[in-house]
Amino acid sequence: MRLKTFKGGIHPKDMKEISMDQPITTLAPGKEMVYLLSQHIGAPAKPVVKKGDQVIIGQMIAEAGGFVSAPVYASVSGTVKGIEKRKNALGDAVDAIIVENDGLDTEKEYNTAALDSLDKEGIIKRIQEAGIVGMGGAGFPTHVKLSPKEPGRIDHIIVNGSECEPYLTSDYRCMLEHSDDLVGGLECILKIFPGAKGVIGIENNKPLAIQKMQEAVKGHDRISVAVLKTKYPEGSERSLIYAVTGREVNSSMLPADAGCIVNNVDTVIAVYEAVIKGRPLMHRIFTVSGDAVNNPKNYDVRIGMSYQDIINEAGGFRSAPEKLISGGPMMGFALFGLDVPVTKTSGAITCFLKDPVSAAKETPCIKCGRCVRGCPAHLMPCDLSDLAENGAKEAFAERFGMECVECGSCSYTCPARRPLASNIKAMRRTLLAERRK
Amino acid sequence: MDTVYNVSPSPHVRDNITTQKIMGAVVLSLIPASVAGVILYGMHALLVLVISVASSVLSEYVFEKITKRPVTVYDLSAVVTGLLIGLNMPPEVPLFIPVLGSVFGIIVVKQLFGGIGQNFMNPALGARCFLIISFSSQMTDFAVKGGIMASSAAAMDAVSSATPLAALKTGAAYPLGDLFLGTTLGTIGETSALALLIGAVFLLCIRVIDLRIPLSYIGTFFVLVLITAFIRGYEAPFYYTLCEIFAGGLMLGAWFMATDYASSPMTTKGQLIYGVCLGILTFLFRMVSKSNEGVSYAIIFMNCLTPMIEQFTRPLAFGIKREKEAKHE
Repeated sequence: MRLKTFKGGIHPKDMKEISMDQPITTLAPGKEMVYLLSQHIGAPAKPVVKKGDQVIIGQMIAEAGGFVSAPVYASVSGTVKGIEKRKNALGDAVDAIIVENDGLDTEKEYNTAALDSLDKEGIIKRIQEAGIVGMGGAGFPTHVKLSPKEPGRIDHIIVNGSECEPYLTSDYRCMLEHSDDLVGGLECILKIFPGAKGVIGIENNKPLAIQKMQEAVKGHDRISVAVLKTKYPEGSERSLIYAVTGREVNSSMLPADAGCIVNNVDTVIAVYEAVIKGRPLMHRIFTVSGDAVNNPKNYDVRIGMSYQDIINEAGGFRSAPEKLISGGPMMGFALFGLDVPVTKTSGAITCFLKDPVSAAKETPCIKCGRCVRGCPAHLMPCDLSDLAENGAKEAFAERFGMECVECGSCSYTCPARRPLASNIKAMRRTLLAERRK
Repeated sequence: MDTVYNVSPSPHVRDNITTQKIMGAVVLSLIPASVAGVILYGMHALLVLVISVASSVLSEYVFEKITKRPVTVYDLSAVVTGLLIGLNMPPEVPLFIPVLGSVFGIIVVKQLFGGIGQNFMNPALGARCFLIISFSSQMTDFAVKGGIMASSAAAMDAVSSATPLAALKTGAAYPLGDLFLGTTLGTIGETSALALLIGAVFLLCIRVIDLRIPLSYIGTFFVLVLITAFIRGYEAPFYYTLCEIFAGGLMLGAWFMATDYASSPMTTKGQLIYGVCLGILTFLFRMVSKSNEGVSYAIIFMNCLTPMIEQFTRPLAFGIKREKEAKHE
């Protein structure tokens, strides 16, 4: 059978072997937990606790700031130390609720429910109340995603198990260890869309996960597993939709316009926990990898824990790293430091002893066309980068610069080491800001 | 004070490939053809190759020093240009000619247009065409004095001591084995199809070049020559067509010069159009106009059309439909 895939893309070394074979380990939370109020796209959450309040696990500490927003829950029991500015992974100071962990782990009782007893609205409400957002990194509130304008048009609910980003293995481990929860979560979502079928897309470099999920979906008539070609960025939403359905989505469309809703593996598992068990979103699976860490593997961490605590709990650094990346090396953010809390969308930290980028010297474009053939959006990154550097806004937009998905394939593949992706990204930011005015 | 980490925009990893490695690979891929040239035509051929490379690199270095630009000789692109110029020289060419060619190719064709990646024309071919026009008698004198061809050439009669291309113009076939091995007369690097193909396969395997341009070029040329050979009623048209493929500069041009990154289109469709046009032009120059410089002229002509081809074959972005298609929906 021909593997499902898209046109373009690159083949970076996946480096998954470092962390893929160890089971998920649960980490104890740190002394101080930091809950950012903006862990999602949309209005920041509004605090409902104040300094000195006692909180327990599962208690809402900030409510949704609107429809496109999500509440935040305490993942430890303890005392609210204050509401102040803390740095997020991007280095910006943002509002956060600080909770001092009392170590008692006092937990709230949850209202469990059987899927049969819930209707569409009931399911969406439970997802909304649990504060679930796209945990793959985008952070779009899941209840909004599951409430499209024309729900009847949705015929594919795709679970993104491709995990094409190098080093990351959290989705892989989840598929191996929580396959039934994943199928359960997908069943919850499918109940909202009676006309849709569920597809779990997995790259063929994860044969165990494919096997495991194929077993788990047996008896679930509406769910199937799609085997995808291992290629970066197979897991980018547009590439994935194309690989699974053959439909093309551009920057001015939503996946729902192509009849698709795409959810990350961790998100679907969180949906299961929220809808069936009644547990709000308070933890996530987090990959710690890279050549600088002692015990590279996946950890079950509580949201609010600092990266520093995770690294300490995970056995520390082998040697001082030169670069820390929140996420994977292709699309992750370089960190200024480890004093950053885990949010609903943080999936990994990749630590490099040597930074392969800072040593690279930019040389002139040789017009080899590697970026052109690698671009999943079918752009000509070398030209767009030049236009961006010269500030040619109109030409940039005319040549579809806004269709860039910022996957970084062009920079990766450039033999002249040109910062194509960052030039294009910068111009996209400028144009997006102008359009918003 | 906290530890300071490196911070930069994503992606944080890079492929191993560099410009220098690509150019180095091209140099390696031309080694079989260079060795074949020296074996066939003797030590003067080696001297020509060395002088060409040295003068190319020196021209680049001196020009960049004088104009106070960053020195780029370490990217090895000047070595590639020099080697290609050398391989395009007749075996017994006076040494000032390749030197002049290198200076012209590097300074006029490459550096004056902005250096590596900016040249609109292949510098080696630009140099070759400049030399053909300026020194036509020296550039078309394929006499040999050394190497294994010196002994066999002496044994040849007057007719067969012409180049294979000249012989093929009469419509008669030429021994295919000689063409494939390179035991014929011609420039240092163009005659041995075998040596050139070894280099081409190497470049294909490490993905420095792909098949789009060479195959569409050779394929188009093949079909057109075959049809013409039939129409003109040549004896053994198929064999004749194979001779045309392996004779002259087609192998060197199609695999190593038409695939030059800077002067060929980057788009997939553009590369196919480029290759097909090269095939048509080479056919016209060789079979219709009876010119001796089919491949060189075809490639530099198409070099000039590259920006236009690229403009018209720019792909639509993923998810964007052409106006016509969009209206259908």
